[in-house]
Amino acid sequence: MSESHLVRIASGQGFWGDDIEAPVRQVEGGGIDYLMLDYLAEVTMSIMQKQRARNPGAGYARDFVELMERIFPRCIEDGVRVVTNSGGVNPEGCAAALVEAGQRVGVGGRAKVGLVRGDDLMARLDELLDSGHELANMETGAPLAEIRDQVQSANAYIGAAPIVEALKLGADVVVTGRSTDTALTYAPLMHEFGWAPDDHDRVAAGVVAGHINECGAQCTGGNCLIDWWDIPDMAVVGFPIVEASEDGSFVVTKHDGSGGRVTRASVAEQIVYEMGDPTDYITPDVVADFTTIHLDDLGNDRVRVHGVKGSPRTDFLKVSIAYSSGWKATGTLTYSWPDAAAKARSADRVLRERLSLLGLHFDEIRTELVGWDSTHGLLAGAPPADLPEVQLRVGVRSSDRASVERFTREIAPLVLTGPPSVTGFAGGRPRVQEIMAYWPALIRREAVESELRVEVRDV
Amino acid sequence: MTTVQLVQLAHARSGDKGDNANVGVIAYDPEHYELLREHLTPEVVKAHFGEMVKGDVERFELPNLGALNFLLHGALGGGGTMSLMNDAQGKVFSTGLLRIEIDVPDEVATATAGQGRIPEGWSP
Repeated sequence: MSESHLVRIASGQGFWGDDIEAPVRQVEGGGIDYLMLDYLAEVTMSIMQKQRARNPGAGYARDFVELMERIFPRCIEDGVRVVTNSGGVNPEGCAAALVEAGQRVGVGGRAKVGLVRGDDLMARLDELLDSGHELANMETGAPLAEIRDQVQSANAYIGAAPIVEALKLGADVVVTGRSTDTALTYAPLMHEFGWAPDDHDRVAAGVVAGHINECGAQCTGGNCLIDWWDIPDMAVVGFPIVEASEDGSFVVTKHDGSGGRVTRASVAEQIVYEMGDPTDYITPDVVADFTTIHLDDLGNDRVRVHGVKGSPRTDFLKVSIAYSSGWKATGTLTYSWPDAAAKARSADRVLRERLSLLGLHFDEIRTELVGWDSTHGLLAGAPPADLPEVQLRVGVRSSDRASVERFTREIAPLVLTGPPSVTGFAGGRPRVQEIMAYWPALIRREAVESELRVEVRDV
Repeated sequence: MTTVQLVQLAHARSGDKGDNANVGVIAYDPEHYELLREHLTPEVVKAHFGEMVKGDVERFELPNLGALNFLLHGALGGGGTMSLMNDAQGKVFSTGLLRIEIDVPDEVATATAGQGRIPEGWSP
């Protein structure tokens, strides 16, 4: 491997529901070695678990399979390998669907699909609890036993090792369940450069590359506050491409001719996104120190990242548990000038009185005025009387589903029985949603790692 | 000294971590990082948000990036799908913090006037 050897990892999805044209453009734009696709967020796993409960074949990101039908042949021709956590709670089903899709689009006999399993702890939960894994809530310290009956999904965040193994076995596409978002970028780097798992600085640099890649266009001009008004061609915004070197340094860039902008500022904004203690960014493979990051703006949509330091991994993996925790609904109505905010506040008072007269039970009722205080709360101050309009937004939450159902029937009546100049109720009755609460926990890593399985299938 | 809003000196991005929101504040001009560090103490940020943040405010420094990261505990009404807030994922706590007023030397206020806002006459 020459010193100038670069590995280019393109980001194609920042979440389940991101721009589905972006990964197509990343592949058609050429000049990339890997395409990483991140589909999972904390709440996603419980949604997928519910889908699987209704249909054993579901529980993964179907959009991924549709995407691969479009790009699979080109990926194989160009040698672009795809790494994704689209498997959700059913990586097996996802891989099977992908193999079928590959056959449909003519890559049969020339493609391999890697499958990583073992992150899903749902079926093992009681066995784990019985054998002394408390899975206590990381924030409150409460033992999982308190909410065991409400648990809907439980997945350990897994790291690079199984992805590296699948790549070594020749997989052109690697499908996992709850791999960390960052591992989708740094596992290919570990594989390509042969970085040892205890090469903490290099692996930590890969983690930083993964953190920058994992939210798609959020580092290339999307949701970017600095000079947002003159960022060009956002309709065809370029998603990031990390050009990594063996020493762990890398350049963040995007395809020539694509929209958006890569600058020191756009990358810095993404680095601080969803950040806790920057000196202690814990992943399954290393602890990265984000305060050691150096950024050099090279111009022409290229930012060099270097200097990253890391320290050894911990003995634990994080577990993401979702549990059913009651019901909620949100209703809205729009009030016009004059005294729009006063009318909305008055309607809210009437509504709350009716809910009380009905004897309904809520754990929380929250009122916001969209167009005035729903983004900055108390910082917005008192609304002026000449506000042209405001949207009343009332949310309720309860362990009693019937109370929430009844609430949804109390919004529309306000149009004829409350304050005047009200509109915006055409959307119909609010929808009742089940609340999936989040329970973060830790587990000794060997309890998960002993169960991880990697296999590679021919298309 | 002149009183200016933080939006003139810094840009920011926020997100969620469970029931906590984080706000990363980045100086437009790295030379203003020290000024931000001096003024934006956890106590000042906590007082700014008042009742909107139920728990503590933690601050972390990233001098290489000219950035400060604030962790606002108990800011998201339970977080995730539990929250009834329009901003359940804390996406706009960033601009909420940029409203804060700080006193800066007159020359800094003059040099940064209008920064962070759309230029006059701009249209989409």
